[in-house]
Amino acid sequence: MCALGVVTSQHRARKYFIALQSEKDRAQEMEVEWGQLRLELGSLALPVRVEKIASTQLRMRVPQGKQIQFVRIDSAKGVAP
Amino acid sequence: MHHTSTLQTSGQMALPPWRSRVLFVCLLAGFAGLLARGVYLQGINNGFLQQKGDARYGRVVTINAHRGMISDRNGEPLAISTPVDSIWASPQDVKATPKQIKKLANLLDLNAAELKRRMLNKSRDFVYLKRQLPPELAGKVAGLGIPGVSLQREYRRYYPSGDVTSQLLGVTNVDDKGQEGIELALQSRLSGKPGSQRVIKDRRGQIVEDVASLRLPKEGENVVLSLDNKIQFMAFREIRKAVEEHKAKAGSIVVLDAKTGEVLALTNWPSFNPNNRSNQEPEMKRNRVVTDMFEPGSTMKPFAIAAALDLGKIKPDSIINTEHGVYTLGGRTIHDTHPEASLSVAQVIQKSSNVGAAKIALLMQPKQFWQSLTKDGFGARTGSGFPGESAGIVRDYKKWRPIEQATMAYGNGISVTLLQLARAYTAFANSGELLPVTLFKKEGPSIGVSRFSSATAHAVKDMLEMVVRPGGTAPLAQIPGYRVAGKTGTAHKVKGGRYVDHYVASFVGMAPASNPRFIVAVMVNDPSGAAYYGGLVAAPVFRNVMGAALRQFNVPNDAPLGNVMRPDPSEFIGEDV
Repeated sequence: MCALGVVTSQHRARKYFIALQSEKDRAQEMEVEWGQLRLELGSLALPVRVEKIASTQLRMRVPQGKQIQFVRIDSAKGVAP
Repeated sequence: MHHTSTLQTSGQMALPPWRSRVLFVCLLAGFAGLLARGVYLQGINNGFLQQKGDARYGRVVTINAHRGMISDRNGEPLAISTPVDSIWASPQDVKATPKQIKKLANLLDLNAAELKRRMLNKSRDFVYLKRQLPPELAGKVAGLGIPGVSLQREYRRYYPSGDVTSQLLGVTNVDDKGQEGIELALQSRLSGKPGSQRVIKDRRGQIVEDVASLRLPKEGENVVLSLDNKIQFMAFREIRKAVEEHKAKAGSIVVLDAKTGEVLALTNWPSFNPNNRSNQEPEMKRNRVVTDMFEPGSTMKPFAIAAALDLGKIKPDSIINTEHGVYTLGGRTIHDTHPEASLSVAQVIQKSSNVGAAKIALLMQPKQFWQSLTKDGFGARTGSGFPGESAGIVRDYKKWRPIEQATMAYGNGISVTLLQLARAYTAFANSGELLPVTLFKKEGPSIGVSRFSSATAHAVKDMLEMVVRPGGTAPLAQIPGYRVAGKTGTAHKVKGGRYVDHYVASFVGMAPASNPRFIVAVMVNDPSGAAYYGGLVAAPVFRNVMGAALRQFNVPNDAPLGNVMRPDPSEFIGEDV
């Protein structure tokens, strides 16, 4: 009776361990994928690319000095979001 | 009854006694044999057999640890490792049909005959067939199932920003070890140490039990630099443009946070793409900002003047006799391009008068001037920790002749790195406090050393503001909406111990001048186009990079928007070289 208990619990422990191990592997794979996605994000968000798209496709340009209005915190009390 | 007993007795009598002995000896021998075998297996060969047994189910697996990521101050990745697979063969075990070899050669993009020769080269135990393949392709190779050909997991470093940060970050070699730059300097922190673990595997190769951890893996640490990706890119683009436009040999730029001493951008042109291992010339790999020394020229003048102000030798409004631009000392003559009879100390900076700066320097004892330059950080490494950093050269004051002391005031006979120069300007930006520079993001406040009195620092900063106004040497450094303080430099290059007609154009400046937020130092080496003055070559780079940085960081204006005053081109003040 006792010996059978040991056997079944050992078997169950191994099954759980396999499950744990496969989850760990999955975590590892996800980490790798995350790294690759960061890399991809990094290359998509390169300032060179962003600038090119902004200026050619979206026709954006750097505002002239006159078009910039600074709102200072001390003068904007009450209107702050 | 009797009969039978007689029979038995007679039967026993009939057996010869040797039979039982033989039997006894046989059994004894059998036992002895078993015992000996037992001893042999359990005693003598126990270790070996245990090992064999363990090998049936026990395995030691390595746990990979990858190299840490390098990111900018906002967490944007600058260098990141991703897994790749290398294909290797053990020629002793290779069993491949010609068809398989052909398929493999196609996949690896190699010549089939060459591949076959390498795979079957029996004199070696281990041959790499191709290193660092993307995992998908490696999966196809594994799918061919050629005995003796295996995969090995490796990591490859990618640099998303390419040539923009390459000299600063450096590179790793094919084994993922740092070779240059930050990768080399922080090799021990960045590199991971793979661990190993003893496990039990079942028939299907799954790990079913974790027996013991032999060595814990150590993941490489992530490193956060002080760089700002966007400013870095702007700086790179502008310095590249300037080098190409002025047909220069090279250019360097460094942007410092004036409040903390953090390096926000540091880049050079020409540069190289770190993702491509071929085509990397040493000339392009050098991080000139940190490793190259140059004679700074007039960008040194503020330090001579600040030293004299601090010692009380002059006041900002003292009048210096500038001798109509010609001053002979110890057999050598110092010239000014814009001769004046006399100039105030502020005008000496504004018009960049060599005679004026020389005379001010000569008011001090050599030791005093030397001490001041040394305290500014010249002649010593900045402590950035970058491999191969130069200390610059400030010669021993005991050997100075008066002419040398005079020329040093306008940056001849002294060598500095661009990083040293930019750092020294932090004293003018921070009421006299010289800050340490760092390439890594800082959490706490920076503690500097008090260098000049607050009054001296403010006086020099005010003089530097005059440089960019009409009548100064760098009106092109003006930025709409912000006050700018800076200094131009144009120095003859030294070749074989003599000054030649090649130049180094530089500009170091800070903005907003009312409360400086950034310091930008620009150096263009050997501009060989029409212009070579610091005010024409380096100042526009400063303006564009500083302007972009101020906008990027939402720094409020400290001047009305119509503050940019363009002087009449005929009034251009080229500084003295």
